[in-house]
Amino acid sequence: MLLPSRPSRVAAWVLFFVLFVPVFGLPIVVVGAASVAGQWNDVLPSHLTLRHLHDAFVSNAGIELLTSLATGIIASVVALVIGTWAALAVRALRRRGAKVIGTLFVLPIAVPSVSVGLGLLVAFSRPPFLLNGTSVIVVIAHVVLVTAFAFSSVSAGLARLPAHFEQVAASLGGRPAYVLFRVTLPLLTPSLVAAAGLCFALSMGELGATIMVYPPGWVTLPVGIFALTDRGAVFDGAALTVLLLVLTLVVLVAVSRIRTRASYR
Amino acid sequence: MADAAVMPGFPRAAAGAKAAVRARPGIRFDRVTVAYRSTVALADFSLDVEPGEVMALLGPSGSGKTTALRTVAGFVTPTSGRVFLGDTDVTSMPAHQRGIGMVVQQYALFPHMRVEQNVAFGLRAAGASRATIAPRVTECLTMVGMAAYARRYPHELSGGQQQRVAIARALAIRPRVLLLDEPLSALDAQLRSGMLNEIARLHRELPDVTILYVTHDQVEALTLADRIAVMNDSRLVDVGTAQSLYQQPPSDFTATFVGNANLVPVTVEAFDAARQEARVRFAACSVVVRANGGVTPGERRTLCVRPHALALEPPAAGANAIEARVVEVQWRGSAHRLYLEIDGIELRADSKPLREPPHRGERLIVHFAAHDATLLAAAQADRGSADHRG
Repeated sequence: MLLPSRPSRVAAWVLFFVLFVPVFGLPIVVVGAASVAGQWNDVLPSHLTLRHLHDAFVSNAGIELLTSLATGIIASVVALVIGTWAALAVRALRRRGAKVIGTLFVLPIAVPSVSVGLGLLVAFSRPPFLLNGTSVIVVIAHVVLVTAFAFSSVSAGLARLPAHFEQVAASLGGRPAYVLFRVTLPLLTPSLVAAAGLCFALSMGELGATIMVYPPGWVTLPVGIFALTDRGAVFDGAALTVLLLVLTLVVLVAVSRIRTRASYR
Repeated sequence: MADAAVMPGFPRAAAGAKAAVRARPGIRFDRVTVAYRSTVALADFSLDVEPGEVMALLGPSGSGKTTALRTVAGFVTPTSGRVFLGDTDVTSMPAHQRGIGMVVQQYALFPHMRVEQNVAFGLRAAGASRATIAPRVTECLTMVGMAAYARRYPHELSGGQQQRVAIARALAIRPRVLLLDEPLSALDAQLRSGMLNEIARLHRELPDVTILYVTHDQVEALTLADRIAVMNDSRLVDVGTAQSLYQQPPSDFTATFVGNANLVPVTVEAFDAARQEARVRFAACSVVVRANGGVTPGERRTLCVRPHALALEPPAAGANAIEARVVEVQWRGSAHRLYLEIDGIELRADSKPLREPPHRGERLIVHFAAHDATLLAAAQADRGSADHRG
């Protein structure tokens, strides 16, 4: 154990709470409190009510929730496929070109998501690539933004995967595609699951690019939350945020339970 | 073992099976060089492994032995030279078409598959029918004594059990060539000895399989191999039967690496052609040794004598006797290792356990028979006998 003595462990816990609660915990607690607040004029909210949460369920939020869910799932799956493919290809290159391609894949993380949205808007507003005003452009925006994370996660998994599994599989007569689907991908499952969870979570919370490209018929939950808070309905926005948090959490927990024997290696 | 031909629908080797060119292919390395930028991993390596033979590639880390094995497996493409399986040039043939069984140090059992699925992998990859896979899997697992563990996952097995399954998996595809890359290195000493016997038994049962066995352990090589190829610095140093390399090592490297011999620079005093023996001198000692092929008086040579040939009791009448000072005494359970010194020359002697081992600094007489010592060329004598203190 890193901290053998009791006082040092107590000190570590205190430090954890002092740092964690304000930085990570407080914003979530505040959003949760705001979602049940009737008024908030003092340190603590008052006139507690479930009206905002109730409204969140009966309003358009249900559709926005499904829109976010659909976008998140489709974008995650597409990003996972592209990211895994790219990670496998970059590993196979084993040359300087691999580093360049690897860097290009990670580049969207460094660009403001609003710029990504703007770029897509310009790129897909004229024939033959006329996607402006469709839900597809929202999904593409999400894919562009989250593929980098899928690529990084799968690349890290591949780097940890000892070469001898695939080599022995090949020596036993496994053709490359057979080895990929029977050995490589199953052994990568922990990385793939982690990547899928990460992509989904990022997609569920994505706002910057979405707000640039979303059509009226494809409003995601973060866009709905932004619209509500923008016109002053902060508590309603907080209620939707709680909804988004709970749903994301449920999906992430479900994804994290996908474990395979590969985890035992 | 039933031959593939009597089992309809059963693949002779892995998919493609282009490598199954002859019933019993050997392996031939023809001037194979492998270089990575400025690093040469294998230099001008030529070796013929006869069909059905067990050839050990023996050498220290970085000697190129694993690289040589990987060129046969198809994981390394030679920079120059050719690799043949039987008469087929496989130098640029993809690994999955070679039909070679391979066992590696880390076992490399697929962790997400049960033991039986691991063993069936090569058969499934080759598209064998279900009806042929199940009995073959059972047969191979029985061969290595693991039939009772078919439903287990690899993480539920010990290291030795995993290695047995890895061997069964390699044998399942009925390979004509089996590559074993330090297969016992990850096992503890007791298991290693058991597995060594197991592999020797398997080879007796499968005499047609050509085995290339990479190891840095001379005991494994001496136990299993029909012939040993000794490697150092990416090159083949010597090749010969285990017995010839041990008893008459052609080079000082082989003498020290195989059997950890004492090497002493000597000067030839006289040669008895009738008995093929020479009298040689080092320090103040004059001893009689075997000298097959003849030597000339005055010539400088290297005396090679094994630690276990140096005895505290005379092994035979007329044996050589030399006086030495004890530098160090180590008890090794079944033997006492004595480090001795004669005028600055260090010798190692292994004796059976001594009731009263000598003390450091004590002077004693050690003996060795003339036929237990041999003479090597002198030019290599510079690397002292302490190189491979084992």
